[in-house]
Amino acid sequence: MNNVTKMLVTLVVIGAISGGLLAKIFEWADPQIKANAQRETERAIFVVHPEGKKQEKLTGIPDELYKVMDDKGNLIGYAMPVKGNGFQGVIKMMMGVSPDLKKITGLTVLDQVETPGLGSEITKESFTDQFKKVDPTPAIVGKKGATETANDILTITGATISSKAVVKIMNLGLDELRKLKKEGKI
Amino acid sequence: MSKSNSPLNDFMNGIWKQNPIFKQVLGTCPTLAVTVSIVNGVAMGLATTFVLLFSSLIISMIKKLIPNQVRIAAYIVVIATFVTIVDIVMKAQFPDLSKALGPFIPLIVVNCIILGRAEAFASKNTVVRSGFDALGMGAGFTLALIVIGSIREILGSNKLFGFVVLPDTVEPMLIFILPAGAFLTLGILFGIANNYEQKKKDKEIQKAITAERSTKLVTAPASVQTETEEA
Repeated sequence: MNNVTKMLVTLVVIGAISGGLLAKIFEWADPQIKANAQRETERAIFVVHPEGKKQEKLTGIPDELYKVMDDKGNLIGYAMPVKGNGFQGVIKMMMGVSPDLKKITGLTVLDQVETPGLGSEITKESFTDQFKKVDPTPAIVGKKGATETANDILTITGATISSKAVVKIMNLGLDELRKLKKEGKI
Repeated sequence: MSKSNSPLNDFMNGIWKQNPIFKQVLGTCPTLAVTVSIVNGVAMGLATTFVLLFSSLIISMIKKLIPNQVRIAAYIVVIATFVTIVDIVMKAQFPDLSKALGPFIPLIVVNCIILGRAEAFASKNTVVRSGFDALGMGAGFTLALIVIGSIREILGSNKLFGFVVLPDTVEPMLIFILPAGAFLTLGILFGIANNYEQKKKDKEIQKAITAERSTKLVTAPASVQTETEEA
């Protein structure tokens, strides 16, 4: 009996000390972690909207969406974090669109675990810059070999799945934005 | 082995004689996974060393207070606390590094080097010796990661510390960045390390044999003499 009590007391004391210590450290680090995430998002917003000077998070909608303004406060577009499944894991991106949703102003990959050297080429500008020229209505299409219509994006050789995943994520994001626009929320 | 109790010896043990990667083959999972670049390897090594040092110190301090039946549970709580501290601090101060190492920082909790040293060394030795042992093991682990990381980074992406070191004309061997390259690199290094040890052992045996022969030659008449005297 005595031994059981001793075991319990030891574990409880060790647990309590570690818990207290971690709580203190987390209290100190939490604002910095949040600030890092904020900075990361902000940086990505201005990558997809190079002319943007100010950004503001839209409230009252289910999605995370940012309004981007130039230095005079005119709306120049929206930035939306989007994500979806790639070849090996989740691809997270920041997508920039014009106010009428007819043009993609930019795209940057925030997070991906695609195959190095093949799928990870989706982060390169040679791939993402294609989206700036594409016509996103009604939907973007990933094509192998050669593009045919204004909707087409050339997929990366050896990384068709990753490329098409990016296209699919973009289309889903655009659909979401179109829905919000139709409902008059943006 | 006569000076095996000195702190320096405890430290040097981890560097080569009992190197966690090449000799004990512990912690191979993070070794294979994070060594795509030398920076990742260094960060992982330092994070593990930090956890190893502090958990070894604490465990060797409180070893007499912990009932034998719950010792592993108690060790894991101590280790997990330090791992979480590293994880939180890295997220706050080095977000890029934290992103690159991903889930492998939290997984230090189950890195067998740490629990292994806690159980095999820190729970049986003094605080000072445990500290030096932890530092040595950590340094050995970090060195191993640096070696593997630099080989993979040079061959796989022509870079070292993120700077281009090989000309563009050399096509980077992608396989070294992929998991297969990790196994290849580690396997070949194991081979080299074992080969070196084997050669050293052979040489020692050879030396012992020659030494024995020469002593026999010298002492043989003497022993004969003593025998006759006794008779």
